[in-house]
Amino acid sequence: MSIKKIHTDQPKEFCFNDENKILAKEILKKYPKENKKSAVMPYLYLAQKQNDNWIPLAAMKYIAKELSMPYIRVYEVATFYSMYNLAPVGKYFVQVCTTSPCMLRGANQIVDSCKKKISELENEISKNGNCSWVEVECLGACVNAPMMQINSDYYEDLNSESANKIIDSLLQDKPLKPGSYRGRLNSSPENNKTIYSGKND
Amino acid sequence: MGKMIKEENKIFKNLYNNLGWELKDSIKRGDWKDTKKIISKGRDWIINEIKISELRGRGGAGFSTGLKWSFAPKKTYDRPHYLVINADESEPGTCKDRDILRFEPQKLIEGCLIAGYAVNANKCYIYIRGEYYKEGQRLQSAIDQAYERNLIGKNAAGSGWDFDIFIHYGAGAYICGEETALLESIEGNKGQPRLKPPFPALVGLYGCPTIVNNVETVAVVPTILRRGGKWFSSIGKPKNTGTKIFCISGNVNSPCNVEEEMGIPLKTLIEEYAGGVIGGWENLQAVIPGGSSMPLLPKKICDTITMDFDSLIKNKSGLGTAGIIVINKDQDIIKCMARIARFYKHESCGQCTPCREGSGWMWRILNRAEKGDATRSDINLLADVTKQIEGHTICAFGEGSAWPVQGLLRHFRKEIDKRCSDDPLIKKKSSNPYLVDQHLLEK
Repeated sequence: MSIKKIHTDQPKEFCFNDENKILAKEILKKYPKENKKSAVMPYLYLAQKQNDNWIPLAAMKYIAKELSMPYIRVYEVATFYSMYNLAPVGKYFVQVCTTSPCMLRGANQIVDSCKKKISELENEISKNGNCSWVEVECLGACVNAPMMQINSDYYEDLNSESANKIIDSLLQDKPLKPGSYRGRLNSSPENNKTIYSGKND
Repeated sequence: MGKMIKEENKIFKNLYNNLGWELKDSIKRGDWKDTKKIISKGRDWIINEIKISELRGRGGAGFSTGLKWSFAPKKTYDRPHYLVINADESEPGTCKDRDILRFEPQKLIEGCLIAGYAVNANKCYIYIRGEYYKEGQRLQSAIDQAYERNLIGKNAAGSGWDFDIFIHYGAGAYICGEETALLESIEGNKGQPRLKPPFPALVGLYGCPTIVNNVETVAVVPTILRRGGKWFSSIGKPKNTGTKIFCISGNVNSPCNVEEEMGIPLKTLIEEYAGGVIGGWENLQAVIPGGSSMPLLPKKICDTITMDFDSLIKNKSGLGTAGIIVINKDQDIIKCMARIARFYKHESCGQCTPCREGSGWMWRILNRAEKGDATRSDINLLADVTKQIEGHTICAFGEGSAWPVQGLLRHFRKEIDKRCSDDPLIKKKSSNPYLVDQHLLEK
């Protein structure tokens, strides 16, 4: 269960923009007509994307109306799932995995880099205003540990040095490429001839 | 050393994406070959062939897939049937489904069609964890390619069966990997598990018969049906057949995903594929064999254990998702397990009291034990708490959070006792009632 704080400064109104109105219609087609409610999660994602990566209460009210469901049901969903941000985050939102497999391979160094370069506290926006970070639970890239997710991209096989470089690039608004930072092919074992010998048969 | 899988028996040839993920590439590798012919053999043949293959679900529980499919009503009455694919891979130590979604999406899509036909479903939802946004996009492009070639959609692959696939993203809740929580989540609710029975096979998504399968389970189905159930059951061990993707993470020289036969020795996996334990085999402290929910195994057992459902159960652990987390002697084992307890505390859905409260208790006591602030009676209390959670919750999350702690107590009790003094923290008689948070009080 995620413990999240609702932002104190809330916009009064919210409405999907034209582009999202079209997308919203497309989403509804996925689910049976009598089960419109199923669209609440994709709708929340749309709202989050439209509103600089966080969801205001007005958006929840709007979605509730659109899907003809009680406001509390939308609120409940938005607060239950950890990926819905209910307060502003940086333009580059850094999520560092610190669960055991990453911890064993030094995720604390990545956290230290974030503390040093972005902000001392989690969920606090950096001084230049475009970056924030948070510790998260397993992101499902355990054989590429330690790793972090920046917006929707995975940065893998990190160490203190590469993490520093990546965060610097974010602060300068020129993000480096995602992927492995030890130059290996996805989740393959490094330097293993047994695997690569038979690769093209 | 040990036996190694034959290249020709590998199902996932593009696990690392050296051969290309697109439809044209996967057709070259043999996907979508004779799909129409397979489907024309009928439901009973498909289900029977899967039963012969002895395929067991790859999502953690290891339930017979053929048997699960046979629970779906034989005919569609007034309600549609659904197929739901569980791609909410969140078990710490596991990242196999991610590679299937990214690099072998056509295997999954073809498997969905066949499984959908076998259980009378015209509609399939693939529930992908929200963090796998890029993987979901990749899968969507693969689905679009399959639609273009009419491999799915109306009269899918010329089989006469209509079949649609939709992706639904989760949003960062571990519990949605539990099948009924997943269904709740698709329905637009909080992901809190439902009480069973009724089982989803009869009352599932929107109250309709629903079969929920893991990504890997469904992705191996087409290959099994093309090569025969007997081929699959000839690999591995009796009742633990076939091949499996193992994820080896933690303190090894080259962590990786690898497809191997069921029943391969753990030591072979670590030494041959993952480049050995950092500091050598003698430096091994413990291994978590099947994702963080499974009890850890000390080195002594790791020396000889084979990786299959039954031998791990015999050693009071389990294969789970086959996410192998290796912990060497440079690590503090109590700290490691305290971190896992923190994970479960964070991810408990809060529905059942023993789990919601107990997961916090376990984390706090382990945290104190890590610092040496716990007393021996605390450790007994910890053991008691795990027993209070286990079996007293709606879903298996309770067991999943209690078992790793029980494993720690079973194999590393001496370590804990060494670190934790015998004296209670509060020596003077105090009017404070006993608190699990007593370390917060003055020492």
